Amino acid sequence: MMSEKSRKIGRGNTSSKGRWSPYVVGAGIGVLSWITFGLMDKALGTSTTMVRLAGLVESVFDLEHVMNNPYFAKYIVSKPGIEWQMMLVIGLVIGAFISAMHGNTSQVEKVPDLWKWRFGPSVFGRYAGAFVGGGLVLFGARLAGGCTSGHGISGGLQFAVSSWVFFAAFFVAGLITAFLIYGKEGRHHV
Amino acid sequence: MFELFNFAPPVKLVMGLCTGIVFGFLLQKGGLTRFRVIVGQFLWADHTVLRTMLTAVAVGSAGVWALHQMWDVPLHIKSAHLLANAVGGVIFGIGMAVLGYCPGTGVAALGDGSRHAVPGVLGMLAGAAVYAEVYPWMKKTILSIGSYGKITIPEITSLSVWWFVAGMAVMSATVCILLRGRDVMKTS
Repeated sequence: MMSEKSRKIGRGNTSSKGRWSPYVVGAGIGVLSWITFGLMDKALGTSTTMVRLAGLVESVFDLEHVMNNPYFAKYIVSKPGIEWQMMLVIGLVIGAFISAMHGNTSQVEKVPDLWKWRFGPSVFGRYAGAFVGGGLVLFGARLAGGCTSGHGISGGLQFAVSSWVFFAAFFVAGLITAFLIYGKEGRHHV
Repeated sequence: MFELFNFAPPVKLVMGLCTGIVFGFLLQKGGLTRFRVIVGQFLWADHTVLRTMLTAVAVGSAGVWALHQMWDVPLHIKSAHLLANAVGGVIFGIGMAVLGYCPGTGVAALGDGSRHAVPGVLGMLAGAAVYAEVYPWMKKTILSIGSYGKITIPEITSLSVWWFVAGMAVMSATVCILLRGRDVMKTS
């Protein structure tokens, strides 16, 4: 029974190993920002790394094309592409893995319950949805100049105008989209 | 073939890796590597995302501005391109509600066992590649509208930043208190 409980990371389960309070996690991320600003001269962020990775992959096949693209030039031609933030992104996977092992909360998930309730159990359907969603996420992030970490947290805490505009826009769009997809009834299937 | 695979100095790489490990650990412990937690926020059923982000911004702002004012630690403010920030934000929000992750949580979810985060991250790479192709056009059009440089809210209101740091703490605390016990529990 205990192991069953600790495997579930859902709401209401805040066992000290499996799931931490959002206030503790939030404070931790805030303090992590002090460290990156103060000691590393960096702000937390992730989405630029996707540009660098995409550019590096493309450069294997068509170096010329990448060299001539002004956007890739900003990030991987004029300076090293494999840098601080790319290592941060690799670290995200490792850190989440360590945490999942530590709390015994790792969860193999192919189709989330809520998605299954709305769209059925097709793995292909979910993967296609995730791919399209991921594409929109990154396209939007690059147009806006950052994502939830770069704009939302790092930009938010610096009170940057750009970041607060982004935050308001993405949050409202997310609310509307989620209600359009799942409706009010979806709230009981999260 | 691998001409562009250039590395930053090792110290920077190690610092980035350590930061990412701590960040990923915190995201997983906070339940933010879960689709249901992210989409649950947009459905106003699970307020973990708001609680975490508001706390992070409140705590982060106090320390970062103290570091900036006392030891001249540089800020990293992103330029305002108001139309692009808003339109990009809308596209991002739509995508985040569909995917159930943002870039950071989606990548961290890979380490947490989420299989559908794999096509999600591949989609992100595709989205980045597409944006790189249309960037010259964006630069001429959307990015040039409402372009004000690296401005902050304290600057445009001419108020001390400490009003905003204090206001952020009060606002975060208030929102978190109002949201107490407002999570919708699963019926089945």
